[in-house]
Amino acid sequence: MGKVVLKVNDLAAAYRKNTVLHDVNFAVEAGSLTGIVGPNGAGKSTLIKTLLELHPALTGEVQFFGASFKKMKTRIGYVPQRGSVDWDFPTIALDVVMMGLYGQIGWLRRPAKLHQEKAYEALDKMGMADYAERQISQLSGGQQQRVFLARALVQNADLYFMDEPLAGVDAATERAIMNILKELKATGKTVLVVHHDLQTVEDYFDHVLFLNRTVVEHGRTAQVFTDENIAAAYGGNMRGMRGGKFHVVRPVEQ
Amino acid sequence: MTYTAWILVTASLVGMSCGVIGVFLILRKMAMMADAISHTVLLGIVIAFIITRELSGVHMLIGAIFAGILTALFIQWLHSLDVPQDASIGTVFTTLFALGVILIESFVGNAHLDVQHALMGEITFIPWDKVSLPIIGEVPKATALLALVFLIVLISIIAFYKEWKITTFDPALAASLGIPVLFMHYVFMSLVSITTVASFDAVGAIMVVAMLITPAASAYLWTERLSMMVLLSGCFGVISAVVGYYIAAWIDTSISGSMAFATGILFLFSFLFAPNHGLISKFLKPVKTSAME
Repeated sequence: MGKVVLKVNDLAAAYRKNTVLHDVNFAVEAGSLTGIVGPNGAGKSTLIKTLLELHPALTGEVQFFGASFKKMKTRIGYVPQRGSVDWDFPTIALDVVMMGLYGQIGWLRRPAKLHQEKAYEALDKMGMADYAERQISQLSGGQQQRVFLARALVQNADLYFMDEPLAGVDAATERAIMNILKELKATGKTVLVVHHDLQTVEDYFDHVLFLNRTVVEHGRTAQVFTDENIAAAYGGNMRGMRGGKFHVVRPVEQ
Repeated sequence: MTYTAWILVTASLVGMSCGVIGVFLILRKMAMMADAISHTVLLGIVIAFIITRELSGVHMLIGAIFAGILTALFIQWLHSLDVPQDASIGTVFTTLFALGVILIESFVGNAHLDVQHALMGEITFIPWDKVSLPIIGEVPKATALLALVFLIVLISIIAFYKEWKITTFDPALAASLGIPVLFMHYVFMSLVSITTVASFDAVGAIMVVAMLITPAASAYLWTERLSMMVLLSGCFGVISAVVGYYIAAWIDTSISGSMAFATGILFLFSFLFAPNHGLISKFLKPVKTSAME
């Protein structure tokens, strides 16, 4: 196993009195592209939010690059679910991308020309250069997701968490996003992606983490993406006939 | 300056402060919070009065901030105990407001502080109650307080513009970038509180909600840029204030009522004629087919 960039020990989290996550233990190595899969309500989004301290942890310890989240904040990028923001907000695509730089720009400073250029570059990379000045409500779902990805790119983080970036996007966007993820991986970045489509797991991810309130299995896709593990994570009602005949109920927005 | 000029200046300051703050209230989907805080600041003012025995600007501002934050904290707390958001707002603000009313009636009994005044405001008396300031000279007390609050609001919004923008649009990302989202929420509640309390004398607790929400809601229909929306909303606030005053002078009626009514007319106008979101432009332009085709 390569250098460990994320180490999670005995993590637990709850909403009010319902425990959503318990005994979560895993470690992620540098340069890996991990798909986090599991049924609805398995706690996939909660896991990411808890790791990023957006949701309180009941117990447990998380180490990023061998240190605390606070110290490593600037090296971590987050792509929330597309549905988590109001796309009628009065702003343009370029501005949304620039928000990824607000942490670096710092207090009391305004975004400069340099930041604008960086944001434009990232949009261009996602094939969205022509839409830079477009009001965000006029973008399609796939285009909105590309804007979110561009925003993650300008952060230039070393470790990315993405919550369902492929949910409800068109085929071209799905390809564009996967290309970027593979490119990130090729440059040594580590990416964790909450994913809902079991049929594409083997094509897209080199590691897979089965989650159902706790880690069911985690490892290289070639080794752990088996019928047994899928059944264990999704419960008995998941008839795992390999070869693309999964009957998956797609998650609605959480 | 003449009597009318002071009234117009005062009302315009209310319009600008409320217009600017209102934009973020709307975008943060907190219009109901404005209603709540506009009532609970009464409690803050009364407590400030009971402690200091005077009705000075700074004490009122501090009392209002205290009440505003208390309101926000209580609402958050009830909500965390499984009470639905709207029910928590409704419960907290009516209770705190009632407490303010009881305190006024039983302990204060002062000509300057009564429930009627707090609810409706009385801008007509403002120009008589002057204070002498260095350099500027004689200024009505309420106007000076409003100018101070407007400056505070303007500086806070401009200095932390990008932080307000990101915490409003995507609080999760903001938090992951290390921006103190919750702290900024309470700072914002404080800004709403001081704007409300400074506008009290002029328009009262009920009309201030109109000034906070309606100009911003109108501006939302005209533009697709946040900075433009802030600017427009401030202008709409001023226009409503001035138009409202002249309506009141014309048919000899309540000034604060007319100003709130003018915001409504402005909204109706925007709703009909705004370039992209207006009713008429929607009729004229064919419906765009979506990107799905």
